[in-house]
Amino acid sequence: MNGSDGCIRPAYQELARWLQETPAEALEYRRQEAELLFRRIGITFAVYGDAAAQERLIPFDVIPRILAAREWSLLEKGLKQRVRALNMFLRDIYHGRDILRAGIVPEDLIFQNPVFRPEMNGQHVPHDVYVHIAGIDVVRVNPENFFVLEDNARTPSGVSYMLENREIMMRLFPDLFARLRIAPVERYPDELLAALCSVAPKSAAAEPTVALMTPGVYNSAYYEHSFLADKLGVELVEGRDLIVKNDEVFMRTTEGLKRVDVIYRRVDDDFLDPLTFRPDSALGVPGLMSAYAAGNVTLANAVGTGIADDKAIYSYMPEVVKFYLAEEPILKNVPTWRCREVADLSYVLDHLHELVVKEVHGSGGYGMLIGPAATKAAIEAFRDRLKHGPEGFIAQPTLALSTCPTCTAAGLAPRHVDLRPFVLTGSKDVTVVPGGLTRVALKEGSLVVNSSQGGGTKDTWILDE
Amino acid sequence: MLSRTAENLYWLARYVERAEYLARTIDATLRVTALPATYIGKTNEWDSALLTAGVSTSFYRLYDEANEHNVVEYLSFAPQNPSSIRNCIEAARLNSRSVRTALTGEMWDTINGAWIELQEVWSKGAGTREALAKFLRFVQETSLRFDGSAYRTMLRNDAYWFSRLGVHLERADNTARILDVKYHVLLPEEEHVGGPLDFYQWSSILRSVSALTAYHWVYRETLKPWLIADLLILNDTLPRSLASCYSNLVRNLDQIGVAYGRQGPAQRHARGIRNRLEHLNMNDIFQHGVHEFIQEFLADNFRLGEIIAKQYLT
Repeated sequence: MNGSDGCIRPAYQELARWLQETPAEALEYRRQEAELLFRRIGITFAVYGDAAAQERLIPFDVIPRILAAREWSLLEKGLKQRVRALNMFLRDIYHGRDILRAGIVPEDLIFQNPVFRPEMNGQHVPHDVYVHIAGIDVVRVNPENFFVLEDNARTPSGVSYMLENREIMMRLFPDLFARLRIAPVERYPDELLAALCSVAPKSAAAEPTVALMTPGVYNSAYYEHSFLADKLGVELVEGRDLIVKNDEVFMRTTEGLKRVDVIYRRVDDDFLDPLTFRPDSALGVPGLMSAYAAGNVTLANAVGTGIADDKAIYSYMPEVVKFYLAEEPILKNVPTWRCREVADLSYVLDHLHELVVKEVHGSGGYGMLIGPAATKAAIEAFRDRLKHGPEGFIAQPTLALSTCPTCTAAGLAPRHVDLRPFVLTGSKDVTVVPGGLTRVALKEGSLVVNSSQGGGTKDTWILDE
Repeated sequence: MLSRTAENLYWLARYVERAEYLARTIDATLRVTALPATYIGKTNEWDSALLTAGVSTSFYRLYDEANEHNVVEYLSFAPQNPSSIRNCIEAARLNSRSVRTALTGEMWDTINGAWIELQEVWSKGAGTREALAKFLRFVQETSLRFDGSAYRTMLRNDAYWFSRLGVHLERADNTARILDVKYHVLLPEEEHVGGPLDFYQWSSILRSVSALTAYHWVYRETLKPWLIADLLILNDTLPRSLASCYSNLVRNLDQIGVAYGRQGPAQRHARGIRNRLEHLNMNDIFQHGVHEFIQEFLADNFRLGEIIAKQYLT
């Protein structure tokens, strides 16, 4: 909230004034009210491996995270640039592979990568869009600079929190919304539907049928799937609702079979089609990949996008942006040591206590080492893992993440935040709704914002000054 | 709409209706068993409650004796009983979650809210009579709220009609079951062996289908067993009568048929049952045998469920 000079940043001034006027009990009362609303609506998520808490609420912090319109417009440009590059990279990897021949990304990182999908080689996808929905995790390190922490190009989640957090904030703090000019986020479902319809296959009807595919009620993001299907006005389907006939996909309805043209799928590649991928998958649709190969159905996101959000590829993103767009990347990468390279590995092994080490294929904050917060024993255990399989890891410095005031047991206190804006790509353009999901590390000093590791969320306000 | 969505809506409605019926059955049984023994004779009312719920066999696998404690526990809370009130509410919530997009906010709120409230009852159990009464009342109110919000907030399209099919099919099944268990106290006077003791049995039957007041409005008479049977089987104005359930089933199936532009075996089968109910009178039924009649009805009703499932839900 404060600038580097220690003063309150202009974007936060009105909020700071409001906080001063508002007694602590009133804030606490609204905090409780928010929790009750969330539970009633049923916005819950499941934590895998935690039987006692099958359905938990992600803690919601009522103090919003604020960005000035100026900061946002820079970020927005950077996000669009990055997602354009991601799509061009994917098109290239599954077709001409110019970038490999140019020696910018090492071949083995692609071809030996389990998320690379040979099935996609030479496969055409409508309008060359692979990543229709991207969630790019960024942190603000100073007024001019955002760093990208991670690109999520597979099935990024969290957008329902962006929308519901805003609804709840508008109910709880109508006076703040009257005082401040906050950019609305409610157009997201409309823009998403437009993007999905724009990439329908040629064989689709004039008004394509879109469906949202979920693994089912037991999936941790199920609430979001049903929420989005509702907002989009499309059917929420499971694998068992779909059937493939003559390379076309149909859903079973009370009136017989109905063709589906675009599937916004929230099921991982591995589980899409038991005939092509995991034969034990009960979530998928036998034959889906052959309908896809025949060009009769569009999957959003495309199959094989994991190769673009792989943490090992991440470190090459600045070069990837330059290669395809011939522009300087607007968003910076966090400096990254690739443990597969000998010099980098030896640096990392010498500086484990000050670095964050991540598994290349991990996600959700699992299996990482946060050097400054780790015990000696944990560091030594990690050192062993690194020596045995260095190519499975990257390392980054701990960043001075920006903080945001947050309700804690001891009153308001600064906590680290990151931001996941959602970037949509359709046949014509790339759009970003002004806002995103702000995640907050609720433990003092913690840098881990993942909901599976005790992180919370906040509403994100883009403010006209 | 997706077949799975229709199936979920249909079963959701059935579970809620069943939970309410179980609550009413327990309620009515508690009342009649609280009477001095001379008023109710020697029948074990808790056994009857198990029979009307259709879970007698599974109950005796777990317990040796049907008494208030065991039966209330089994019908209300037992996780091993697939039709316990608890399992009905759990299943209703799971179904609601699966079809969130087809439910109105009010319907979701009712089920989800009830589920949240009842978590506490599940963990503590209903220790006292007072707590039990409160719990039973809550279950009935939840069903009323759910039904009311469906009626007041749902679009009148196939989603609504499939959910109504579930309500009426389940309701017909429940009413028929209680008649099946109690038919022997409903025989005409001359064949009847019980005598005035049965007054309390009769009022208990009516209470479990919330028709005690209705009886007096319709017949303006003291309780007479054949009139009770008439009310529950043939009187179209009583929402829980078999005749009324079938008027509704036929209407909802017709609405679906019109919307989809075609009819099928479900429409024909339902109409067949409805026509039979329309042309029967109580004399025919008594001559045919009440028990036989009810048995046939239960089988027909079950068959309709199967036909609907085949025609629309798979």
